Amino acid sequence: MTTSNVPEIPPTVLPELNALPELNALPVLPVLTDEGSRWLEAATERVRADAGALTALFPAAGRACGRGPVPGEPGWTVDEAVRVRLLLALPQTGAELGETLFELYAHGDAAERLAVLRSLPALEDGGGLGDAGLPLVRDALRTNDARLVQAAMGPYAAEHLSDHAYRQAVLKCVFIGVPLAAVAGLDRRSDEELARMMADFAEERLLAGREVPPDVWPVLERHPTLLTRIHALIGEER
Amino acid sequence: MRIFDPHIHMTSRTTDDYERMRAAGVLAVVEPAFWLGQPRTSPASFADYFDGLLGWEPYRAAQFGVVHHCTIALNPKEANDPRLQGVLDLLPRYLAKDRVVAVGEVGYDEITPAEDEALTRQLALAVEHGLPVLVHTPHRDKAAGTRRTIDVVRESGLPPERVLIDHLNEMTVGMVADSGCWMGFSVYPDTKMDVDRMVTILGEHGLDRVLVNSAADWGRSDPLKTRAVGDAMLAAGFSEADVDTVLWANPVAFYGQSGRLDLSSITAEAATSEATTEAATEAATEAATQATTAHVTTAATAAVAAGGDYAGNTVLRGSPA
Repeated sequence: MTTSNVPEIPPTVLPELNALPELNALPVLPVLTDEGSRWLEAATERVRADAGALTALFPAAGRACGRGPVPGEPGWTVDEAVRVRLLLALPQTGAELGETLFELYAHGDAAERLAVLRSLPALEDGGGLGDAGLPLVRDALRTNDARLVQAAMGPYAAEHLSDHAYRQAVLKCVFIGVPLAAVAGLDRRSDEELARMMADFAEERLLAGREVPPDVWPVLERHPTLLTRIHALIGEER
Repeated sequence: MRIFDPHIHMTSRTTDDYERMRAAGVLAVVEPAFWLGQPRTSPASFADYFDGLLGWEPYRAAQFGVVHHCTIALNPKEANDPRLQGVLDLLPRYLAKDRVVAVGEVGYDEITPAEDEALTRQLALAVEHGLPVLVHTPHRDKAAGTRRTIDVVRESGLPPERVLIDHLNEMTVGMVADSGCWMGFSVYPDTKMDVDRMVTILGEHGLDRVLVNSAADWGRSDPLKTRAVGDAMLAAGFSEADVDTVLWANPVAFYGQSGRLDLSSITAEAATSEATTEAATEAATEAATQATTAHVTTAATAAVAAGGDYAGNTVLRGSPA
């Protein structure tokens, strides 16, 4: 068995789990052209009067306002920010709001789905969403589209997913290559059971002679017993 | 040779196909909504299918540096099924999406009143949404079906330059050429149209308004037939510019009428590719090695540009080395 990809034994200093700055979860103000501003203003009015108007307006946001990055807001694009503004105009709250969001998400293309997922923290604050956004988070976590999984693991998921679902989602991120730096709430929600799952995963990879994703280590290092088990395994390999 | 396959059902193909297509020069595809080889039983399964054409499939294609757009419609084979009339009500919602570049495939199968109704309604939707139309011509009674299609299209008020009539052969090409519509040819291993007949038709009718596709799906078909036609054109004395007209410029012009064709990741990649090629030329002693490296780098760059930059992605499964 090759040992070339066995990782160096990591340092014992407790790591920061969320090393990267979190994405701004609040509604981001898109920078728009005059034409784009007029479109957004008119569209917002229509949505405020009738949630049904979203079926045509929500998919058109990119064509009407552009898809470039929002200056000063890393990770946000104009169409996403515009779509979040449209959702904030919905005259609904709670379960009713959750149903509208799920329906939009279910019939949305990838860009629309990303925007719905990323609107959840803002709607929780502004629309009293409560747990009603969870079904679409669960749906996104069922996919194999890394963009959707990453967008699903924002502050809303960190707040509302059960312990079991949260652990499974974090492990899935490691599996499909979503960087854990992009996952919200890890510092608070990472527990011994998650570390145990990560350790088993690392062991499985080591036994197969495959690479262990580096994101495994910061979670493991908080639990010295588990870390010792994996270090022993690496020692045997050597 | 850069290739745009204007009609291919990638949902039915494997990742090996994506790899081989990209290596052969296929940079962009349009996947028309069609049937699955067996009838569906409810509009809900169409919604799932359309969602796949707009979500998972373009994502999958991007992992291999292929740009994916689609066309949306209730296809002629299933237009006869009363259980599926609700699909027509779903369509406006999907025709509003960014990556939908036409209404299609529509047209005739058995040539029934239900098909007439579905065709007419969908042509009206195309007018309403400012989209071109991809029309399928029937396998049986093809000439009569094609003639009738041209009449219905004329009555719809859609300008002929916004209509592509597909699956043509020697018997139907003339009437479509005269109609002013675009002419589509599906090059199959042993039916519809083959490579040599295709080159003959190009010689007789010229390159104007002609699109060549593989129409590859779950049946016996070959996603590299577009490349085979390009090679056969060169062998028959057509120029590289001629090949580019048929395999790239024509499909871009037709679907570009939607205003929704987004080939920006290919443009970005072309710049990278040029730079990489120059580097390879300078290192003449390692020409062969460099060429391989350049190809891999280019494919990886394209995948990243298209959003497939996750090393552990379950589609790409690590680097293609």
